[in-house]
Amino acid sequence: MTTRVAIAPVAIATHDLTKQYRAKTALSRCSIEVPEGSVSALVGANGTGKTTLLQILAGLSQATRGEAEVLGRAPTQDPAFLAEVGFLAQEIPLYRRMTANDHIGMGAHLNRRWDSAAARSRVESLDIPLDQPVGTLSGGQRAQVALTLALAKRPRVLLLDEPVAALDPLARRQFIAALGVAVADGDLTVLLSSHLVNDLERVCDHMVLLADSRPQLCGEIDTLLAEHKVLIGPRRDTSVIERAHTVVQAETTARQTTLLIRVRGPLIDPSWEVHDVALEELVLAYMGRAAELSRARQVMGAAG
Amino acid sequence: MIAFRIDTKSGVPPYMQIVQQVGHALRVGLLDVGDQLPTVKEVVASVAINPNTVLKAYRELERAGFVEGRPGVGTFVTRRPPGPPAGAHIALARSLARWVDKARAAGLDDESIEGLVRSTLYSDRDAGEGAA
Repeated sequence: MTTRVAIAPVAIATHDLTKQYRAKTALSRCSIEVPEGSVSALVGANGTGKTTLLQILAGLSQATRGEAEVLGRAPTQDPAFLAEVGFLAQEIPLYRRMTANDHIGMGAHLNRRWDSAAARSRVESLDIPLDQPVGTLSGGQRAQVALTLALAKRPRVLLLDEPVAALDPLARRQFIAALGVAVADGDLTVLLSSHLVNDLERVCDHMVLLADSRPQLCGEIDTLLAEHKVLIGPRRDTSVIERAHTVVQAETTARQTTLLIRVRGPLIDPSWEVHDVALEELVLAYMGRAAELSRARQVMGAAG
Repeated sequence: MIAFRIDTKSGVPPYMQIVQQVGHALRVGLLDVGDQLPTVKEVVASVAINPNTVLKAYRELERAGFVEGRPGVGTFVTRRPPGPPAGAHIALARSLARWVDKARAAGLDDESIEGLVRSTLYSDRDAGEGAA
């Protein structure tokens, strides 16, 4: 329906990225693309490789196989790369006894590009005291200080690992608004992991869904939602639907069949009631499917 | 200036909610030709949504010919959607409010009122189609 004028350039790309820790595969053949200027949600259950992927993209961890590119460069810890790529780890990296002002001053020493004035006015505009040890601030205020520091070096890509998980609903909303405003200021791509789909839906326009260490979905959220439908109808054989479309989830009761499908062509059978799918429903369906496939593989492995 | 409300549970995409809310504000007279829409940053800061979502909504409104983006200044209303003038909505809303009061006084709950409105709309539409 929408005609795209130009395909946005890609800010983050991975190809067959794999991370192996001894016996455990943390990430398996992960190929994703995140367009420039988007706010992308990295979604998945715990232990599906979200943190691993973010750490590789931030240059903090080496992939076992495959390639990753952020702004056209392989992630490293060298200053030129770090000047453009910000990373905010799950446990907020602040010194509890230092004030927000101290942190801003320290950042000015450690970074080539650093906007102290913007950082201070940002903290002040949020009514956060600049001269109190950050250990005395609330969780939401600390998260805002950390975000301010991550933005102060004016990165072009910002990687956030579960930034809102520990925050109360109001602080969560404020953090997400702040992130949106930073993106509105221009030339910033954000990839943030979370399992709180409702928060993400507001601010994200793109999604990467990881399950079972693999990407299950990657694309613009509006497009992904439009490509999936829920079909409800009397109980029946679903092989016709399965031939024409991809069935992500099927539920059957004595009388009724409910399918969540990825639409691959026209839906012709009028006896199905067709519904739009909500983001949370879509995410849960793919997570459920991946868990089933993983169980099936383990059973096969045990049998073989 | 109007404020937007985004309901992520409604099933309507957020950009479409903005388009609809601007359309509604134009129809009821909350917005008029020459008025400025909130800036993208203002919307993002107040309702915590993606700036691209706001841009998409404003582009959609621009394409429909209701607003015009002036670079560096903002987005302004250029035209009202076709339909009765805003005053008509206000008058109808008032008489509807009186009717709702009457319905509540007669013991109807919200669900029954909605059902009644819906069935009246449908039967009226069917009758209209039959006559045409």
